Amino acid sequence: MDTIQTSIGQVNIASIIIFFLFVAVTLVITYWAAKKTKTTSEFYAADRSISGFQNGLALSGDYMSAASFLGIAGMVSLRGYDGLIYSIGFLVGWPLVMFLIAEPLRNLGKFTFADVLAYRLRQKPVRIASSVGSLMTITFYLIAQMVGAGSLITVLFGLPYEAAVVIVGVVMISYVLFGGMLATTWVQIIKAVLLLSGATLLVIMTLSHFAMNPINLFEQAAMKYKSVLEPGGFITNPWDAISLGLALILGTAGLPHILMRFFTVPDAKQARKSVFVATGFIGYFYILTFVIGFGAMVLVGQDVVSSFDKGGNMAALLLAESVGGQFFLGFIAAVAFATILAVVAGLTLSGASTLSHDLYVNVFKKGKTNEAGEVRVARIATLGIGVVAVLLGLIFKGQNVAFMVGLAFAIAASANFPSLLMSIMWKKFTTKGAVYSIITGALLAIILIILSPTVWVDIFKNETAIFPLKNPALISMSAAFIMGIIVSLFTKEPEAENMFEDEKLRTYLGIGAE
Amino acid sequence: MSVSAERVRDIIESEKFKNLVKKRLKFSITLTIIILAVYFGFILSIAFYKEFLSIKIGEHITLGLPIGIGIIIFAWLLTGVYTRWANKDYDKAVRELRNEVLKN
Repeated sequence: MDTIQTSIGQVNIASIIIFFLFVAVTLVITYWAAKKTKTTSEFYAADRSISGFQNGLALSGDYMSAASFLGIAGMVSLRGYDGLIYSIGFLVGWPLVMFLIAEPLRNLGKFTFADVLAYRLRQKPVRIASSVGSLMTITFYLIAQMVGAGSLITVLFGLPYEAAVVIVGVVMISYVLFGGMLATTWVQIIKAVLLLSGATLLVIMTLSHFAMNPINLFEQAAMKYKSVLEPGGFITNPWDAISLGLALILGTAGLPHILMRFFTVPDAKQARKSVFVATGFIGYFYILTFVIGFGAMVLVGQDVVSSFDKGGNMAALLLAESVGGQFFLGFIAAVAFATILAVVAGLTLSGASTLSHDLYVNVFKKGKTNEAGEVRVARIATLGIGVVAVLLGLIFKGQNVAFMVGLAFAIAASANFPSLLMSIMWKKFTTKGAVYSIITGALLAIILIILSPTVWVDIFKNETAIFPLKNPALISMSAAFIMGIIVSLFTKEPEAENMFEDEKLRTYLGIGAE
Repeated sequence: MSVSAERVRDIIESEKFKNLVKKRLKFSITLTIIILAVYFGFILSIAFYKEFLSIKIGEHITLGLPIGIGIIIFAWLLTGVYTRWANKDYDKAVRELRNEVLKN
């Protein structure tokens, strides 16, 4: 068995200094952003002042979570080629966002994706339903991130779990509460640059052990561990493969915090540019994590990686220490921490906008409110969601929450994506159709995941699962589409049909877009 | 900016606008089908035909390696194809139509 000396779990000065530097810089930016954040358009959408390139970086910052950095590198280090399957699924979602959603969303919406549905359907029912889908997606994603943050920091810095969760909560709330979308965007950009350069550095230092040639690394891996360059037993049931694939690729097009970013750019042209930039950076990042995983497999060894964490989550950090010593470990650890902060800030802002813009202003107040009032409500909602996120992090301490990211993607693909796509594409889509589609998708996704092997067997420790697939998207998303179509066909809504023609002018020409 | 209801009818029913919408849908749906076919081709070959991706192309390197990395690069290039088309062809047509609408 390989052995290794590691300082993981001890106080790392480099890490603490770099992390405090990150927090200090981002808080200064927040202070600057706060002065520019007074109106609703400024709070929710940075006054549509973000360029396509900046938004592309921020989108990749929102998307590259610590889970994908540490998790995928770990999966690759233990399973080899199979780890690539997740990366590819996560990436392929992006072209679909571009081809189907990005520009209509930008042209039709204002602050949240529910605006698109509410454009020609009846405000109240459709906003309530889509808020349910949004908030469910955000909550499960937040739980996974907060619990991940707590455990990661405990392992990295030796800090108590509770303290870690509270620190993440307080810093993240300050970004969103004071600096709104502008501060959140810059936090994402800085984090994306840090994460991309940290991962690049790690890859260069790793490859320097292999004459700078990745082929040498892969060959050594194959010599040390048999068949790591071939697809293994990760996917055996083709239906499982298709269902997981659907959740990964179409979930991306239904994540509220990702969709919200398209309202920060001035027009459809910048929206498409942001997807191009984001896809490039995210793709590059996934190729890096693949190399990092193999680097950890060869230089650290699978035994050591799995002895720290069964899922291999420490692989990238062990590799960083092995090729760059304690200082570099500290740097990568601080980057991972910053990554979590940025992702939860994005999630909190999109949750707050759903609560204030969709539910409070457009449902409760029926659209009758003033600017200052709405911004105040949005800030109260931010505080509320931030506190809830901290509480959820504390409640779920020590629980296995890995499945919650999958669940968030399944709900996004089943509740948010079908109704959004149908409202953009299909003239005869009705309010009732949307409401039934969203409720069906959300409920089925939750019920089926509880009955699936992921929860029923792995968490509740039952012998066999009631529902055979690990991810419910194949059934729950199809059901949401079918429900939406059938109910719409039975409930004619002439006003919505007429509006569809007018809507085209805005969808395709951008005339009248915010 | 508001456009009179009558004017909106005219534009929406004009051949030019209808063609534009058709062209846009055709292009984005074609690209959608291409990326879905590539992705599910990959997933299904993992589920049904592992031997294909396990073919050795070097002493140890398998065919799966360039294919997997290739799909990531291909997905990105496809977003580039769309962006280029939209910036050049589509936006030009949109500008022409917008000018027509705003003239009134």
